[in-house]
Order: sequence, then structure tokens, then C-alpha cells
Amino acid sequence: MPEKPKVAFYWCASCGGCEEAVVDLAEDILKVVEAVDIVLWPVALDFKKKDVEAMPDNSIAVAFINGAVRMSEQEEWVHMLRRKSQLVVAFGSCAHLGGIPGLANFTNKAEIFANSYFDVPSVDNPGRVVPLEKSGGNGETLTLPEFFDTVRALDQVIPVDYYLPGCAPPKDLIMNAVTAILTGQLPPKGTVLSPSKAACDVCPRKDSKPDKIEIAEIKRITTSIPDPEKCFLAQGYVCMGPATRSGCGERCIHGNMPCRGCFGPPDGVYDQGAKFLSAFASLLTAKTDEEIDALIDQIPDPAGTFYRFSLPTSIMQRKRTRVES
Amino acid sequence: MSTAVIALEDVTKTKGPGVGAAWEPRIVAFFCNWCTYTASDLAGTARLTYDPNAPVIRVMCSGRVDPQFVLRALGEGADGVLIGGCHPGDCHYQEGNYKTLRRFKLLKKVLGQLGVEDERVRLEWISASEGDRVQHAINDMTNQLRRLGPFAQRGASHA
Amino acid sequence: MSQRITIDPITRLEGHGKIEIFLDDRGEVTRAYLQVPELRGFERFCVGRAAEEMPRITQRICGVCPTAHHMASTRALDDLYHVDPPPAAHRIRDLFYSLFMFEDHTLHFYFLGGPDFIVGPTAPAAERNVLGVIAKVGLEIGGKVIATRKEARGIMTEMAGKAIHPVFGIAGGVSKPMTKDLAARLQESAPGFVDFAAFSLQAFADIVLKNQAYVDTILADHYLHQTHYMGLVDEKRKVTFYRGRVRVVDPFGDEVAIFEPRDYLKYIAEHVEPWSYIKFPFLKAKGWKGFVDGPDSGLYRVAPLARLNVADGMATPRAQEHYEQMYATLGGKPAHNTLAFHWARLIEALQAAEVVEAISRDPELLDPNVRRLPTQAPDEGVGIVEAPRGTLIHHYKTDPNGILTGVNLMVATLHNSAPIQMSIERAAKGVIHGGKVDDGLLNMVEMAFRAYDPCFGCATHSLPGEMPLVARIHDNDGSVVRTITRGGEVPELGTGS
Repeated sequence: MPEKPKVAFYWCASCGGCEEAVVDLAEDILKVVEAVDIVLWPVALDFKKKDVEAMPDNSIAVAFINGAVRMSEQEEWVHMLRRKSQLVVAFGSCAHLGGIPGLANFTNKAEIFANSYFDVPSVDNPGRVVPLEKSGGNGETLTLPEFFDTVRALDQVIPVDYYLPGCAPPKDLIMNAVTAILTGQLPPKGTVLSPSKAACDVCPRKDSKPDKIEIAEIKRITTSIPDPEKCFLAQGYVCMGPATRSGCGERCIHGNMPCRGCFGPPDGVYDQGAKFLSAFASLLTAKTDEEIDALIDQIPDPAGTFYRFSLPTSIMQRKRTRVES
Repeated sequence: MSTAVIALEDVTKTKGPGVGAAWEPRIVAFFCNWCTYTASDLAGTARLTYDPNAPVIRVMCSGRVDPQFVLRALGEGADGVLIGGCHPGDCHYQEGNYKTLRRFKLLKKVLGQLGVEDERVRLEWISASEGDRVQHAINDMTNQLRRLGPFAQRGASHA
Repeated sequence: MSQRITIDPITRLEGHGKIEIFLDDRGEVTRAYLQVPELRGFERFCVGRAAEEMPRITQRICGVCPTAHHMASTRALDDLYHVDPPPAAHRIRDLFYSLFMFEDHTLHFYFLGGPDFIVGPTAPAAERNVLGVIAKVGLEIGGKVIATRKEARGIMTEMAGKAIHPVFGIAGGVSKPMTKDLAARLQESAPGFVDFAAFSLQAFADIVLKNQAYVDTILADHYLHQTHYMGLVDEKRKVTFYRGRVRVVDPFGDEVAIFEPRDYLKYIAEHVEPWSYIKFPFLKAKGWKGFVDGPDSGLYRVAPLARLNVADGMATPRAQEHYEQMYATLGGKPAHNTLAFHWARLIEALQAAEVVEAISRDPELLDPNVRRLPTQAPDEGVGIVEAPRGTLIHHYKTDPNGILTGVNLMVATLHNSAPIQMSIERAAKGVIHGGKVDDGLLNMVEMAFRAYDPCFGCATHSLPGEMPLVARIHDNDGSVVRTITRGGEVPELGTGS
């Protein structure tokens, strides 16, 4: 009987939602389990680093890696999995773009540590203790991995073969990707495994979109009630649809909330935030300096919204903060 | 690939003025063909001298300047970006420069949140006859950037 | 020669963790450490973000319990914007939240923590997983677990856009009202959820409680801690998950505090150690006394058993029956037996299902008015819910434009971090003697950890076959002197760790 292909799942700076997405395959996961030999899945199985280290290079058919890389332990693991695997798939927004943990690129290690261990109102730390990479004494040495200043997406650390976008990727895209891998019917390397159309093109509200959208006032979700059937942009809400790849089923729109761009940009766009900025600015109806300033001031946190999932893989990658050498 | 992008790559690989000279800022300038670019020609023929720190990329309208061009310039070695367009109301294509202004202001807000100093990205309205404004804008910006120092944002470092 | 045992990684929970156990010359455990090697910095990087985005940002702290964060965040926004949602919005939120508690708790029981318990702590490793559970409860039930979860999550998707990372929470309401069709679907499915929860409790009774060895394990000394307990209670001081006041009782069950969310800082604080990225909360009234239990210690526990200990009863009738039965079996209230968390978890799942059924029939659910707009500028707000894994606190400060200037999050399992540390050490000291390490030890130390279903507890399918786990024993120089494995191959020994 031919050997079943070996499959590995690993998580870096992850929330576990991608693991849940696999579980949400429900009865379909049994088909997957039958067809493959899962050799690593820390959440469920006890295979450890030494077991993977012992495997020959390229002996794992495909490694699905989710989460962004923000600690040294994660960096070591992904380098190892790259060596051991024929294919590496960046699974989910964090591995693909940096994801929500990527928002930490607005800050750095010193600020995060100071905040967490000294500044938040609940902490009681008069001795200014911080977690250390090495601690202990009297023969008890304890180690922790290094916390980097900058969060990186997976392909900023290792070469990646395919990307499965979404936070979390929807069931149909996961099954399509797994089926394509098992049957050897894969698109060219580097492909993001979802259609390249922008979300606007398939949005359930697109028929309500006027030919020319004109935004004279920015609406915020807390202080207004959106029409459940009209295009969000046309109503004046920030919606990342124009700069976001489709394939998610427009789940957030069905939830009556605007898109926040978790699928990343369509093909050919380097920088999702900049692309959206450009598109959105074109929709604003304001001509004079004063009018434009007043309207732009109504947009809350533009950088944190336009780059919600993609800051590490944007052109700037992070906010400029002085890096101690 | 559009003309503007090819030009961008060439320009950022240009060596700074003088081998072994003290550091000098490099500014990427996007000038609209119909006004600012013509004005810079005029400055040349009028022998108005200005700092050689701003290689120019000609675009057909300042509205062609995608924010991604600005970011790529900064990300790939430029210390500043200067955009030159027609005065409001004078756009060769009617509305293009209004788009420029809106995009520029929103981009400035985002860049501010990303820690990019205000002086590094600049928009000037310069008509075809205003060679002196080209001279002033480039000299002024160059001086400001000399004071600020290099942009040096490579991002990828995880240290 | 002193020795060190490393268990790396911790298994069948979410997140990364390792345990280090140190032995003295006689092979007795001197210290054990649970180290959490992960930090992402949400409290810092959310500064500068719009507060109204927080339900959709903070839920990415955990993809297993995103609803918990989404709801705590939404409640914090209600407080921040000084706006109380209309009744229909509260019903929708409460319903959604109860659905989530139901599916999360039952999934944990069958796939994550449950296998150890249902199949047995010393059962062969190959059986300590979901297939072993299915062998005990039957194939039909296994299919029912998957189908029940699928239906619950399908309804959640309809209500809130997504089950993983829902979107509907807004200050003063929810993003969309309930539809007649969806309410009808709920009314049809809800009795099945109640039956399933009740069945799970019956399975627990049949498999665990009728087995004296298992009962002895539950009551064993090395799985017992006398701590304070914390949880939300409603106006009748019954167990509640969505909103209420925080109540704290001491190891004797006497109330020592009851407070509104806004006052949490008066009662709890966080301690820092250099060997873990996680912090260790404690009661300010008692002070930080270290990793010890007892009435003078500041340590307190949260999550199912704690919530039942804290409250005067369950809020629904069938759950109440089980509540009374549990305490009768455990010898009174409060119960300090860590493994009883599994039992309490199922009783909570039953309450959650009963709440879903009750609200599904509430006519107020269909009221289309689900939004109330704020009239005041935002400034500061606190929201507290009971996540499956414990009390969850979101605290936001903003400028008048609603942009965050400060964020404090105390996340469920965080409150249990010191008790978990204590439990590991106690279990290790209880079961490791004379330097002997074997498969049973490994599992029993893990069980002390797993009963808490630590946050990020990833309710996932365990898979059939061996569950290899490796314990390496190091000498003082760091060289590996012995390797014990449970199932699987013994890996090649290298030099050092």
C-alpha cells in the first residue's frame, strides 16, 4: 500500500482560529484524516521538535503554518519545517500578511514590555521584574524565547509555496486547497489560493452601488445605523472591499459590518493599505484644503484600519521607532 | 509595467552626488508634465541653480502618483518624495490634481502614524512659468532633509 | 545528582507552554515551573486604534473563544459610551453567548480534556483521545457531537457573520436583528442542545462517577487546592456568563467581595516573574504570598468549578439539579477538587443550552430595535463576561473621539495562571518519587494542567493512534541521561537538550 503523504500543522504567533477552521470542516475532516498521515500538530498530538528534526529533509509532503513570526522559537520552527517539507502553505492572515499580531509593528519590544510589566493599572511590580531569556539560579536555569521588535509574515522568514488567505480561511477554500495538494493539481507557486477579484465585484450589495460614489461625510458604526442593504462605502463607512481579495463569502457584510480586509490585496497590489487609501481618497467630495482636512479628520485611525491585517507585509512594514542596537 | 515605475527603479539606484562626499539626501520628484516639469525646464534655461538632490520622474498628471510609488521610494532608498502638480483649477485633465490633494493629505496622515516626518513627503503646486518655485522647493526640501538625516527605513530587521 | 525533567510542549491545549521539574539528590521534586513562552502585546498595540474596532481586534487574542473577547469588548464599549442597549439586543447577545458556551464546553469535554477523564488517567496512551471516547460513548454519539457543533456554529454564523471571529458587537446594540426564520430554526434546534448537554452529563455519570477508581482520582489530594474563587453572578447570585457582578468567595465559601466591573482594580493585581511571559493575578486584600493555597493566600481560581463555588446556584432548573448532585458527591461546597472542573463544565453547558431554549421562545427576541445610539462622548469603560475559561476583563480609555489611549486586559486563564503553576508542582511532587519517571507520571502531571482547559484551549479532534510524549532527564551539565517516551519511537539521543 502506498505510503500516505505526511502532513504537518504548526502555529506561530497565532490565536488558534486557524486550528478551529480545520475543525469546522466537521465531517469533511475525516476524509482528510484518512488520506494523510499527520506527523505534527502540537494542539492535538505529542510529536515534539526532536521528532521533526529526526525526519529526513523533504519527507513531509506539506506543512500548513499559521500565525505570524514574532519570537525566536517560532523562527527556528519555521526554518526547520521548511527544510523538512516539500511544500509550505502560509495558512491564514497572520502567516500570509502578518495579521492582527502585526499591529504590534506600530510599537516595539521596549514599549510592549514596559506597558505589560510596569504600566497597566493592574500590575503590581515594584521590583520592575521583566521576563528574561535566561533566569533562575542554584542549578535551576530557565529559558524563554527572544521577543523580537518586529513581527514578520511567514514569507519574510522562509520561502513560501502557497497562501491560504483569511482570518480564518473559510471551509471551502481549505478543502479546495487540500484537495488540490492531494491530487497534485496545483497552480503556479506563489499563488494565493483564492480568486483575484476584489471583494466589491462579488459583494451582495454591489447592485446598490452608484456609478460614482461620493462621500461627503464619514460615518462611524457606533454613532449611526447602517442600511443593511446598501453599499457601505456609498453610505460613508470605511469598507476595505475595493482593496481586498474576494473568496471569503463576504461573511462580515452578511453580518452587517464593513470589510476590514483580512484576505489581503488582489494580485498585483503591493501594499493593501496604500491601495485602499488611494481608492478611498478618490471618493471624498471635498476640494479646498480646509474641506479635505475636515473630512479626513473624520476617519478614525486610518493607518490602523487600512493596514489592519497587513502591516508587516506593507511597504513600510513597521512604524519607525528607534531600534536599540 | 508603466513608465513611471520603471523610472522609479532606475532613479533609486542612482548614486548620490560625489563619491566620498558627506551624506546628501536623495529626493525622488514626481513632476506633472504640463506644469512642474515644464517649469523645471524653464529653471534650467534661466540658469536658476538648485541642489542636485532630486532626480525627476515625469508623469502626465500629479494624479498619476499612486501612494504606493511614494512608499516604495521611501522603502528603497529615498529620503524624501516631492510631488509637483498644477494649481487647483488648472489641471490639464480637469480634476486630476484634486485627487492628488486628497490622496496626499490622507497619505500624510497615515505616514504620520507610521513615524515618517512631515518634511519627507511634500506637495507643491507649480505652474509652467514658475521655475523659481521649483528652485525654491528643491532647495528648501533638501535643507530640511539634511537636518533630519537619512530615512533609513528597511523594516525587515527583527532585532 | 540533581536532575531536571522537561515536558515540552504541553499538549492538548492551545498555545505554547513547557514544564520544567527539578529533583533533589533523592529524586524528590523540589520545584516545578509552568513557563508560557508567548506574548503578543495587544494592550500596547491597541493604543491608537478606534475603540469601536476592539470587538473585531481583541477577538484575535483567541480563535477558540473569540466570542468571549468580542462580548467583553462590546460590554466595555457599552460602558465607554455610556449607553445601555435595548432589550432585544441584550437577548440576542445573551443567546449568542450561551450558544457559544454550550458548543465550546461540550467540544472540550469530548475532544480535549475529556479523553483523559472519560477514558481514564492510566488507560493506554493509544486510547486517551477522541476515538477512545467514542468507543466508550458509542459511534452514534460521536457523530452527534460533530453534528451538534455544526448546527450550533451554523446558527452563530447566521447571527453574527462568522463563528470564528464574529462581527456583530456594537456599543449600545448589535449589528442586526433576529429574523423570524432564524428564530424558528433556533426553537427547533434548542431542545436538541439541551438533550445533548444532559446526555453528556449522563455519560459522565455512567463512565466516571460509577467508577470508584475515577472518583478516587477526582478526590485525590494531589489534585486539590483550597483557594479563593471568582465568577460573575446575576442579581439572584446565580451563575451567569453574559453580565452581572463579580463575586469572590474564600476557601470556606464565604463572600469576601462583590463588585461592579468598574471596580475590579480595587480587588485584584498582577505579579510578575522572570521565568514566564504570563503574569500572576492575586487578591489585593491578601497580597502576593507566592504559589501557595489556603485562606491567607491571595490566589484565586476562575472557570467552571469556581463559578459554581461562587454562586448560590444555577440559573436554570435542570442544571440546578446537577449542581446539587455534584456537591453532594464532592462532600459539600465549595469543592476544591481540580478535576471536578470537568463536571462543573458540563453543568454549565446544560445551563447554557437551557438559556438558549428559553430565549429562543422569548418574543422580545424578534423586536427589530437592536441599536441605541450614544449621546455622550466616550472616556473610560470596563466590560466583564465569563469566558468558558474564566473571568474576562476588558478595560478601555479613549480620547473624546473614541481613539484608545489605554487598554488593560485580564484574560480568563490569566487568573488561573498561579493556580495552574501550583497544580503542576503539587501533582509532580505527588507522583514523582525517587527520581522515577514513567508514562503514568507524564499524564498525571498533564492532567493537573488540562482540567483548567487553559485559554486557547483548542477544542480540536485528537487523532487515533499513539500519543507519543517525550520526557528528557538532564543532569546538571545539561546532558540528557535518560529519555522516557510514551508511545512512538525513541528519538536519537543527541548531546545536551
